[in-house]
Amino acid sequence: MEFIFEGILQAFVLLWGADAETLSAVTATVKVSSASMAVSLVLGLPLGFWLGYHRFPGKRAVRTLVDTLLSLPTVLVGLIVYALISQRGPLGPMGLLFTLPGIAVGQAILALPVVVALTATAVESMDRQLSVTLRSLGADRRQLLLSTLWEARFGILAAAVTAYGRVMTEVGISMMVGGNIKWHTRTMTTAIALETNKGMFAMGVALGLVLLAIAFAVNISVSFLRRHAR
Amino acid sequence: MSRRFPILGFAAVFALVLLAVAGSAHAQQTLMMATTTSTDDTGLLDYLVPEFTRDSGIELKWTATGTGKALKLGENCDVDVLLVHAPPAEQKFVADGFGINRRQVMYNDFVIIGPAADPAAIKGKSVREALSAVREKQSIFTSRGDKSGTHQQEMALWRDTGGPIPEKEPWYVQTGQGMLNTINVAAERNGYTMTDRGTYIKYEANHQGNPPLKILVEGDQILLNQYSVITVNPTRCANAKVDLADTFAQWMAGERGQKLIGDFKLLDKQLFTPNAQ
Repeated sequence: MEFIFEGILQAFVLLWGADAETLSAVTATVKVSSASMAVSLVLGLPLGFWLGYHRFPGKRAVRTLVDTLLSLPTVLVGLIVYALISQRGPLGPMGLLFTLPGIAVGQAILALPVVVALTATAVESMDRQLSVTLRSLGADRRQLLLSTLWEARFGILAAAVTAYGRVMTEVGISMMVGGNIKWHTRTMTTAIALETNKGMFAMGVALGLVLLAIAFAVNISVSFLRRHAR
Repeated sequence: MSRRFPILGFAAVFALVLLAVAGSAHAQQTLMMATTTSTDDTGLLDYLVPEFTRDSGIELKWTATGTGKALKLGENCDVDVLLVHAPPAEQKFVADGFGINRRQVMYNDFVIIGPAADPAAIKGKSVREALSAVREKQSIFTSRGDKSGTHQQEMALWRDTGGPIPEKEPWYVQTGQGMLNTINVAAERNGYTMTDRGTYIKYEANHQGNPPLKILVEGDQILLNQYSVITVNPTRCANAKVDLADTFAQWMAGERGQKLIGDFKLLDKQLFTPNAQ
């Protein structure tokens, strides 16, 4: 039990002293989760809009599929991405294995269903009159998409925050695809797993708290954006 | 400025980050190694690798997993060199054409540890007698259960007792985790387990030299734990950096590497014994 308190103390020491190993893991985590979020938002927002806005046969089946993918196990994603980017896999020559971009690919796959599903829900729950009004004002398809997404911005922000949380805290993909390589692909979560394996429980707790602090910083900036996006 | 500025701005920032991440992935003189948890958890690699880089100018990156996965990474050409400890599996790996130049570099030994009270009374016995006693008394025994080098060695010891290898017995706990976690599970359950001595000394150090589990069986010839370096076969893996892998193997087996390995101590105890030929 005492390692919990020891860990809380150690978290302050790590942050205060700007511990080099911790900083490296923090940087890796922020880089890789930002990259994967960028990809999943760029792909997921239009897809989510399309899914929420249009009515088409088989829509419910697609929704069910997307909702099921919300439960994608991270280790499964890790194994699939590994199979693709291993030297023996189809994308082997790209040299993505044991790199941060490699992890980002896996995490983007993980985040995509979250962005699509929650964006679709946000768009669906909007007033049906909006599109009628927009079209009567002569909006083209691009304007329709952007205006609708803009009106649904708070729901979309929630989607992004949720996806970010999933991406930042996953271990399976980072471990399998990144390999937990010191100074390179060691992220906060794989560092926590390693410290725990080493029996350094207090250090594990400390790193966990540091990760939580990063999440806090991200959410502070989001709520700032929220206030200024009204 | 349009009202959509925040979203577009977001996209622009993310795109820049993406470029920065992609740009930092270029390759240099880098050697990729797969190894076992024991070399990493004990801190041996944190101690050796900077010395190797200083001597050779080669950057060595390693990923630490069980021997089973390490060999698989080698088979898939995802690493250049292996540092592992499961001689039968290694010999098969080389015989199957996945690896070349298997070179012994060091050993440590396995020990059987358990609570000081020793409910199955195995202290000082031979491995065969000790494991038979554990089975008879149905004392808790934790196993890695992960096909790692340590797990393969443990199964060989059970096989050596003449009885079946335990699997579903209620007293036989397969953790599926690393060595230190498995020791911790044994300690929580007041049971026995088999570990490499290096990890045990690390565990001792974590408990300020007075851990709940003690060494009960040691010194039996069958408990020797040999580590070898293997280069991935370049005729199968065109991308394998054989030259760099060879440099590393020679350094490990050479005078300097061997001396450093022998000098590596924790709690003033030597963890690995160099034995390159």
